[in-house]
Amino acid sequence: MSDITSQTLSEIIKNIKEKKISSQEVTKAFVDRSEKSKLLNAFITEDFSTALEKSKIFDDKPNFDLKLPGVPMAIKDLFCTNGIKTTAGSKILNNFIPTYESTVSQNIWNEGAILLGKLNCDEFAMGSSNETSFFGNVQNPINQNLVPGGSSGGSSSALAGNLTPVTIGTDTGGSIRQPASFTGTVGLKPTYGSCSRYGIVAFASSLDQAGPMSKDVRDCSLLLEVISTYDRKDSTSIDFKRNNYSSELTNNIKGKKIGIPNEYRIDGMPKEIEELWSKGIEYVKDCGAEIIDISLPHTNYALATYYIVAPAEASSNLARYDGVKYGFRSIGKNLIDMYEKTRSEGFGDEVKRRIMIGTYVLSSGYYDAYYLKAQKVRKLIKNDFDEAYKKVDAILTPSTPSSAFKIGEKTNDPVSMYLNDIFTVPVNLAGLPAISIPGGLDAKGYPLGLQIIGKAFDEQNILNIAFAMEEKINFKNKITDWWIK
Amino acid sequence: MNKENSEYLILRNKNTYEVIIGLEVHAQVTSNSKLFSSSSTKFGAEPNTQVSLVDAAFPGMLPVINEFCVKQAIKTGIGLKAHINKRSVFDRKNYFYADLPQGYQISQFKYPIVGEGIVILDMPNGQKEVGIERLHLEQDAGKSIHDIDPQNTLVDLNRSGVALMEIVSKPDLRSPDEVNVYIKKLRSIMRYLGTCDGNMQEGSLRADVNVSVRIKGSDKLGTRCEIKNVNSIKFMQMAIHYEANRQVDLIEDGKNINQETRLFDTKKNETRSMRSKEDAHDYRYFPDPDLLPLEVTDDFIKKIKSDIPELPDEKKKRFIEKFKLSPYEATILVSDIETSKYFEDVIKESDVKLATNWITGELFAVLNDQNLEISKSPVSSKNLSKLINLIKDGTISGKIAKTVFEIMMDGDIDPQKIVEKKGLKQESDPKAIEALIKKVISDNPEKVKEYKSGKDKLFGFFVGQVMKASDGKANPQLVNDILKKKL
Repeated sequence: MSDITSQTLSEIIKNIKEKKISSQEVTKAFVDRSEKSKLLNAFITEDFSTALEKSKIFDDKPNFDLKLPGVPMAIKDLFCTNGIKTTAGSKILNNFIPTYESTVSQNIWNEGAILLGKLNCDEFAMGSSNETSFFGNVQNPINQNLVPGGSSGGSSSALAGNLTPVTIGTDTGGSIRQPASFTGTVGLKPTYGSCSRYGIVAFASSLDQAGPMSKDVRDCSLLLEVISTYDRKDSTSIDFKRNNYSSELTNNIKGKKIGIPNEYRIDGMPKEIEELWSKGIEYVKDCGAEIIDISLPHTNYALATYYIVAPAEASSNLARYDGVKYGFRSIGKNLIDMYEKTRSEGFGDEVKRRIMIGTYVLSSGYYDAYYLKAQKVRKLIKNDFDEAYKKVDAILTPSTPSSAFKIGEKTNDPVSMYLNDIFTVPVNLAGLPAISIPGGLDAKGYPLGLQIIGKAFDEQNILNIAFAMEEKINFKNKITDWWIK
Repeated sequence: MNKENSEYLILRNKNTYEVIIGLEVHAQVTSNSKLFSSSSTKFGAEPNTQVSLVDAAFPGMLPVINEFCVKQAIKTGIGLKAHINKRSVFDRKNYFYADLPQGYQISQFKYPIVGEGIVILDMPNGQKEVGIERLHLEQDAGKSIHDIDPQNTLVDLNRSGVALMEIVSKPDLRSPDEVNVYIKKLRSIMRYLGTCDGNMQEGSLRADVNVSVRIKGSDKLGTRCEIKNVNSIKFMQMAIHYEANRQVDLIEDGKNINQETRLFDTKKNETRSMRSKEDAHDYRYFPDPDLLPLEVTDDFIKKIKSDIPELPDEKKKRFIEKFKLSPYEATILVSDIETSKYFEDVIKESDVKLATNWITGELFAVLNDQNLEISKSPVSSKNLSKLINLIKDGTISGKIAKTVFEIMMDGDIDPQKIVEKKGLKQESDPKAIEALIKKVISDNPEKVKEYKSGKDKLFGFFVGQVMKASDGKANPQLVNDILKKKL
């Protein structure tokens, strides 16, 4: 048996069920490795001793009927966890301990999983490199001083570094798929309304979705099956018939029509990305699928639209962090002074930037020109996809316009940072499901991701396509454990 | 000031001004739980004991609409004869305040649940229609308390998230009197519907008052000022009076009126500037992405319509047609749903005319005197109808009835029992009355002589003597009839 922490979730579950390993052994393996991996800075809050206790309780009275029997798991620190500090990567929530549990994490614990700790992320999920976190940069296990992507950077780092067998992140504009792409892992953003937003610290409500991150597609399908539930506590949750994604998973995608959007061939795209995409096209052809050229004419406007809609919603969602009720409070001479000091000291630069953009685009006199127009363009972008899906079953694109970049490389150039999301944001704007899978390595040996975008509620289809491609690609991450001395 | 034809006009230097008033009434929806959470809405609880994680805006908490509150708003819309919008949208109204935990109020801005409607006012000189612009649902804020702690402001979030209906009138009101009747009519309609208890002391009904003035006859609206959050009809009237005169003075002095928000100081009886238009908040309204647009079906509305009770206007019409009441009597009896219920209970088994007189007369006097709602009346409708029947069938006279009524109030006593116990039954036996008359005649030979010689006025004396001899119980009609024969 290989080292426990390098096993996939499915292997771990199988071994636990067959009593080859205990929950305690698995938990201890991940705890030990995490203890040795502080340099990655993947965790904001560790809950190792409780995890070990819980694994003992599981082993004493195991229930193998559960989908995640005694499996330890670390999750993004955007999910509120009952009794465990939840920070959203921000100073303003540095002391915040929820008395409630997010629906998505509760679903996981209900299936027998055990919390290892809370993973680092960009502050309020605003960022593409995990550099906006109050709790510091996260290292990409692929190479030293390389960003793990963001905002779910702690999640992708912990996953690729074998500190957790699978994890959950959130994706507002690419925050699951881009870090997955940067770390050679699999990440899926479900259809908007699939996973409850209840108990997840909100960034942009109309775009936020939780989703699974894993080492392979099978694990991804299993975790999606657990977290995707209808929830009355979230008014935007949708009551549709959910598949048994893992048991219905198949690599038979013969005859599927895969669309290739012309507009995703952007100016200045690195040759390596172009080549990766072409390779991806060959793989799906090999699997018996049909390639069809399509057009998504409003793609060009997606990024601008996103950077109006998301900050607008964020500026309002983050108004509650005012020092009055919970979280960080600075002393002020009066109420206004307290607000100003609390929010000036409590929020980081990127969050402030987006609050200012959002406040501006919603201001009277600017609302029509920005927010209202952005909503109209958003509709056009969605229409583009609707039109395309009359002809194809799914769409294949690169996940990101580049591989992972160096820490600090883009921190002073927000626009260049925002460009990272160019292939992922249209999907959030249209509320569609999309998965990123590793497609290969670039010349530096850094992973590159391929994105498969599906129709709404058609997660099974994109999982199947990813599953079939995964077999053909046979990707292997090159990780040297450089951070472990 | 000239009140002819109930018009409210301000005269200055040969100029006659009329006052244009529009109201934004905030009515608390009667419901057990809040608009977007399951916390209780009960009034008077210990501070911060009715606050859910949603109400306190904890991270990741989401609003879920309370269907009952939606029904209540639609019900009210139907009561205002208004258009119900099948699709409405909840927006966020963004501003910072310590008692606003989310940093925004969830309200309806562009697409309210209820559109245009009408309220009919019964004014002394006839009916007047006041247009309703819209009704929308919104959350109430918490309460900031500044006077308990000398250093700090305390916040009570019990009210945070409670459902309010904001009912916006058109600028159709012209006087403090009309405002009085309008508020009372709105309250009456909502109490009939059970959608708002209208309790102004508990803050269930408050209003922002928009006031402007113009030369009478002009068709252009003047610059308006909004007087915020006035919580009694009397204060609204005082504020309008002050504000209208202030504006007229400014115009007469050749000065401009600034469009602004003002506060009414109830101690000094004046309004004063709170913030000018330039300082007005930019609320940055936008659709709340946590809530989908609210869509209701025709069936949903139809079902609510079928539950609507008879409303004051219809009831008044029925009372006039069926019971032959005067419009004045009918207006009084329908103004409050409890009064109308009481009236209809009484007349189920007794005479309408007597019931009307007794309720609007004796009973109202007592209720006024003791400052009681009719639902707390010391005399139940059942016993009042019994009393009326005792009058009607001649068991007691109207005068005795007043005595009986006095006694009834002490614990809602059955009038029949009072009459029996105190022996107040009217004497209607002609033989017994004849006997009394005979005695009176024989006791007063001088007076009889005078009467017979033409002093007709003495008839009253004999009636009085007979009544006295019967302890007031003799049937006055019979006494009259028999006396005439005997004399």
